[in-house]
Amino acid sequence: MRITCPLCGARDRREFYYRGAALALERPAPDAGEQAWDDYLFLRENPAGETRDLWYHANGCGAWLVVRRDTRSHAVLEVRLAGEGAQ
Amino acid sequence: MAELRANSPCAGALPLVIGSVMAREEDLGVITALLPYRGRETALSEALKAAHGMAFPAPNRATGKVGARAIWAGRDQALLLGPVPDPALCEHAALSDQSDGWAAVRLEGAGAEAVLARLVPVDLRAQVFKRGHTVRSQVQHMAGSITRVGERAFLILVFRSMAATLVHDLKTAMEAVAARG
Repeated sequence: MRITCPLCGARDRREFYYRGAALALERPAPDAGEQAWDDYLFLRENPAGETRDLWYHANGCGAWLVVRRDTRSHAVLEVRLAGEGAQ
Repeated sequence: MAELRANSPCAGALPLVIGSVMAREEDLGVITALLPYRGRETALSEALKAAHGMAFPAPNRATGKVGARAIWAGRDQALLLGPVPDPALCEHAALSDQSDGWAAVRLEGAGAEAVLARLVPVDLRAQVFKRGHTVRSQVQHMAGSITRVGERAFLILVFRSMAATLVHDLKTAMEAVAARG
């Protein structure tokens, strides 16, 4: 599997660290309530299809990336810098 | 009174000449990380040009030349190699002295590309990786920085604590390339 880092170009998967669903970018407000925080901390989707994950280019440029990919085909659909407000 | 002497990171382990490839330690002088403040990238590049004669490098590029080089070292950062940084740079970027933090090795020779092909998961052949190009990638299992500094010469940087591992991995790869004749 290869991920095209917006800065470095197409790189081997071994350079990247997988963080998980890209939820950290949608952290609830402190007063959002128990339900929202429970959901944020513990409940995850497990789709057969498109996912949106955070990856860290640990052995590359050190950027956090938001990667959209398809778990059925392993196709990487889009890679963006998390720091540039990727949604 | 004991006299303390600084050792270079690869002291005693380099140089190595195996087959057509030579690896030797480089003394780069002062190494400074340049981390531009948000929105000050252009101003930093101008200040860098005025003070040291090279622009702030774009991703995957190195600027300057022997003795005063700036190599891109990751997202919004570059390493200034050689000169003591001009204080004017501090206005536009956070600077950190990393002179003792890196092991620097020059790998040179006809088989240098073949040696790196065994260690780095990026295409470093001359037709795509030219002089002045650089990558942040892996050297075997270590995070490192590889820059082409000549037609058949590369500058490899890894963290100083990894110097012995770097020499070991280079030696293994150099021997394997040489064995193929």
